[in-house]
Amino acid sequence: MKNFLRNKIDLIKRNFQKGEKFEKFAPAVNAFDTFLFVPNHTTQKGSHIRDAVDLKRTMVTVIIALMPVLIYGIYNTGYQYYIQTGESFTFLDAFYHGSLKIIPMIIVSYVVGLSIEFAFAVYRGHEVNEGYLVTGLLIPMIMPVDIPLWMVAISVAFAVLIAKEAFGGTGMNILNPALTARAFAFFAYPTYMSGNKVWVSEASNVDSISGETILGYLAAGQNIDYSVMDMFMGSIPGSIAETSTFWVIIGALILVLTGVGSWRIIVSGILGGAFMGFIFNLLGLNPLMEFSWINHLIVGGFAFGIVFMATDPVSAAQTNMGKWIYGFLVGVFCIMIRVFNPAYPEGVMLAILLMNVFAPTIDHYVINLNIERRKKRWSQDNLVKTI
Amino acid sequence: MKLTKSIRIKKGANLKIIGEASKILKKNILPSIFSIKPTDFFGLIPKLIVKEGDKVKVGTPLFYSKENPEITIVSPISGSIKSIIRGAKRKILELIIDSDSKNLKIKHDVTFQENDKHEVQKIKNLLLISGCWPFLKQRPYGVIADPNVSPKAIFISTIDKAPLGVDYDFILKSRIDDFQLGVNVLNKMSSGKVFLGLDKNFRGFFEKIKNVQMYDVQGPHPSGDVSFHIHKISPINPGEKIWTINPEDVANIGSFFKTGNYTPTRTIAIAGSVVKEPKYYETIIGSELKKFMKDSKVDNNIQVRCINGNVLNGKIESSDGFIGYFNNLISIIPEGNNYRMFGWLPFVDNKILSLSNTSLSWLFNRNGSEVNSNLNGEERALVVTGEMESFFPMDIYPMQLIKACLASDIEKMEGLGIYEVIPEDFALIDFSNTSKIEAQEIVRQGIELMIKEVG
Repeated sequence: MKNFLRNKIDLIKRNFQKGEKFEKFAPAVNAFDTFLFVPNHTTQKGSHIRDAVDLKRTMVTVIIALMPVLIYGIYNTGYQYYIQTGESFTFLDAFYHGSLKIIPMIIVSYVVGLSIEFAFAVYRGHEVNEGYLVTGLLIPMIMPVDIPLWMVAISVAFAVLIAKEAFGGTGMNILNPALTARAFAFFAYPTYMSGNKVWVSEASNVDSISGETILGYLAAGQNIDYSVMDMFMGSIPGSIAETSTFWVIIGALILVLTGVGSWRIIVSGILGGAFMGFIFNLLGLNPLMEFSWINHLIVGGFAFGIVFMATDPVSAAQTNMGKWIYGFLVGVFCIMIRVFNPAYPEGVMLAILLMNVFAPTIDHYVINLNIERRKKRWSQDNLVKTI
Repeated sequence: MKLTKSIRIKKGANLKIIGEASKILKKNILPSIFSIKPTDFFGLIPKLIVKEGDKVKVGTPLFYSKENPEITIVSPISGSIKSIIRGAKRKILELIIDSDSKNLKIKHDVTFQENDKHEVQKIKNLLLISGCWPFLKQRPYGVIADPNVSPKAIFISTIDKAPLGVDYDFILKSRIDDFQLGVNVLNKMSSGKVFLGLDKNFRGFFEKIKNVQMYDVQGPHPSGDVSFHIHKISPINPGEKIWTINPEDVANIGSFFKTGNYTPTRTIAIAGSVVKEPKYYETIIGSELKKFMKDSKVDNNIQVRCINGNVLNGKIESSDGFIGYFNNLISIIPEGNNYRMFGWLPFVDNKILSLSNTSLSWLFNRNGSEVNSNLNGEERALVVTGEMESFFPMDIYPMQLIKACLASDIEKMEGLGIYEVIPEDFALIDFSNTSKIEAQEIVRQGIELMIKEVG
């Protein structure tokens, strides 16, 4: 079976070799081939042996870490719908309802995003990078469930073209592409991204269904009738996969134990959020400030954002010390935006995007410390040569 | 014995590979063909002295350095020049020498008067004309030492923690006197000290050597690499020079000052998973590999890759090739030109050596792993951060330095520490990085640029 498949692929790939008719499209075919088989390439220079890890494996690990939250998110979509309609339902009913909503979004995201990625790979003549596998899954996961598919498509196209390819593609982007997609949708189609008619499935179509996020209630000065356990387990309205802190923690463990996600950013992010929340608790001037700092950490997109978005290695700070600073400030700004800007009751998206912009600056200063230390040693030894 | 310092290195990893050479030394195999490769000397542009058909003795100069004509590379064997192999743009790749088994040698007068004022200059001249000089390498950059400088220190590391690494104590324990004499000679050439790095867990006979500053080293690979010792003990500032030398070449210099004959002894370990009887051989620099491979019973049935040096930073060599100038190890591993279905899934193919937690390699390879030359993926953009730092025990940001090299940003390269590294230091990063970035190659190009632009 394996050999049969291998031979078939080799046969097909013959048309895409150098000098053949479809040479230009080789990256597209290679992308499919390398998903079936790790290629037979051997080392040509440098180290003769190589680690088993590669970018595909890293990205797939992130996708595995996202699975628990995604599955819970799909279930919760159905759950929120059925408790409002009052129908009796089983886990499978809820899951089925959620799937009908969310699977199409994922398909649209992948089809649109990967098409653009493949086109750029062919145009630029490099291999298709695996980064979009994660981005393409993250984008639907952070959208409200009732957003029309065409908006998902446009947001994806905007994110991939403007946030990623315009900067040079994978590894070069300043902003996290998934969050850029959400920010685009947020500012382009605000009525579909906030209010009490978007967070619960079918709320935009059925009058009797509505639901505001907890932060939305707080920003409006209303009381909330969800327990801390609800908030922690995630049976609350919100963007598709952000609600359950419990399952986010499971994902975080997968990321940290495999070494794929930066524990420094996660820990410092939580510290930053807790610190800011605690300060506001002390001030206590409005309901959002009074909202306990522990609850701040478990509602909204905070946990999801810190674990899956802030840790994106390309748009985060790259040095270890930089990661501590970056993560802490993401946490601080997230809570600060929540509290001070009732128009945007969820601050995590803007906080991370803001810190994405500042991450290179943080790194610059951290690296400069190293350079300064070295130059100081040079002058201490009185041996600096004027070159 | 006086220890100046104890170095403890935490970052890094020991790669356990099966096929380590057993402590058996075989001496009597002497091949009939030898080769000297100018490409073994980083930064050297060769100018030929001999032509095809010329008769040579042990110690006859073959070619000299264009930049510094005093530096000559000499023949390790007596015989005749069989051929001179050239590559693109007529670059000289290899000089092949046929041995005539007569072992004719050029003899030099190595006697010294008491309290000779010009002793240092005399030693340098002797090393230069005898052909011993290229044993000395110079930091920054890892090029052949410049005879016109007096280095602030000379470093010798007797530790090899690289995969299948050799045991210098075993190689040199019959040449203790030569080693001591070599150290004495080196001592005269440095304005500072001669440093000798010892393995804290096993110092061997080296702890009895006199006239050196000793230091202990412990920790995983690359703790044996001399760059990291220099970084901890006497970091290089611009304008400073430090020399390094392989322990066996210290003994070779010692032998020269004892006998007056250039001594190109090279003890090599033939090791690797496809070698059935991995062991040590005492032979001569540039020897043809075939006989040793046959004697150590290298598996003929599979396609193998021979490497001059270790599997991380050695140079590829064809199986009918020759031993390199500096290395004590020939690693032989299977080629990995096969496909693996769905091999990119995490926790799949755990037999493949991996330092990443996305594999259970640490569980499955407790007794050493069988490695091959598969790239295990394809080159990608730099995405993952923080992984290079964990295998690079210097106060240097490796990824940023690599990026500065890619951007040819000389000022940044200087600031980030290009003077303190050689390409080989990035070997473990080559191995472990997710994006399959060729770190050693990038740094090599960066250093070549530095040599050209700054000097």
